[in-house]
Amino acid sequence: MNSKPYVREISKTGWFFQQPRYMRYMAREVTCIFIGAYALLLVVALKRLAQGPEAFQGFVDALQSPLGVLFNLAVLVAAVYHSTSWFNVTPQAMPIQRGEEFVPGKMIVGAHYAAWAVVSVIVLIWGA
Amino acid sequence: MAKSNKPIVWGLFAAGGTLTAFLLPALVLLTLFAAIGFAPDLFTYQSMRAFAANWLGKLIIFGVITLSLWHAAHRLRVTVHDFGVRSDLVVATIVYMIAAIGTISAIFSLFSI
Repeated sequence: MNSKPYVREISKTGWFFQQPRYMRYMAREVTCIFIGAYALLLVVALKRLAQGPEAFQGFVDALQSPLGVLFNLAVLVAAVYHSTSWFNVTPQAMPIQRGEEFVPGKMIVGAHYAAWAVVSVIVLIWGA
Repeated sequence: MAKSNKPIVWGLFAAGGTLTAFLLPALVLLTLFAAIGFAPDLFTYQSMRAFAANWLGKLIIFGVITLSLWHAAHRLRVTVHDFGVRSDLVVATIVYMIAAIGTISAIFSLFSI
């Protein structure tokens, strides 16, 4: 028996720097921090809305500060990254079988991107 | 039979992930427009209040906030583990607690509008 087995040293905190695909995985996972922070921003906005016009105006003023603009920009980047990474794995997450054959992954991903575009246009028209 | 809360948190994670993937980029773009003053009429008190006044608006607001929160909370729990923190029970308690507080706060706000 080998008295000195080989142990590969893996950093518990920095392991994902070793490979681009680990980095992409972590980038995908870290989007949740921005999405969670944005959800909390919406919670605060809703609370201010319930409190009355002055409170809500205070929220809008804070939103229009440089920090508010920067935050929204960061969340936008993270949200788009989340969307693409989420839709790109839909063929693995929910494979669709039709008869003997599986529906090609590109079609499932494409359908999600198309629906995403439609939803985005509806939201933007509704908002603007 | 062993009971697990995994289906619940996983279900909320998946539902939230799908909803945010479809909705959030456009929604964040709108709040960014409001932040830079590109669409000054977008976030007026009257229009937001009117949107939150009927039950459909309330349901949409509640759905977006709650599912985003629980999606982020569950993914953050796993991500914190990936960053080398191994005390899962503490992490899970904190992230789910924040999501629960956000959920309850949203319910109270919606009921008072």
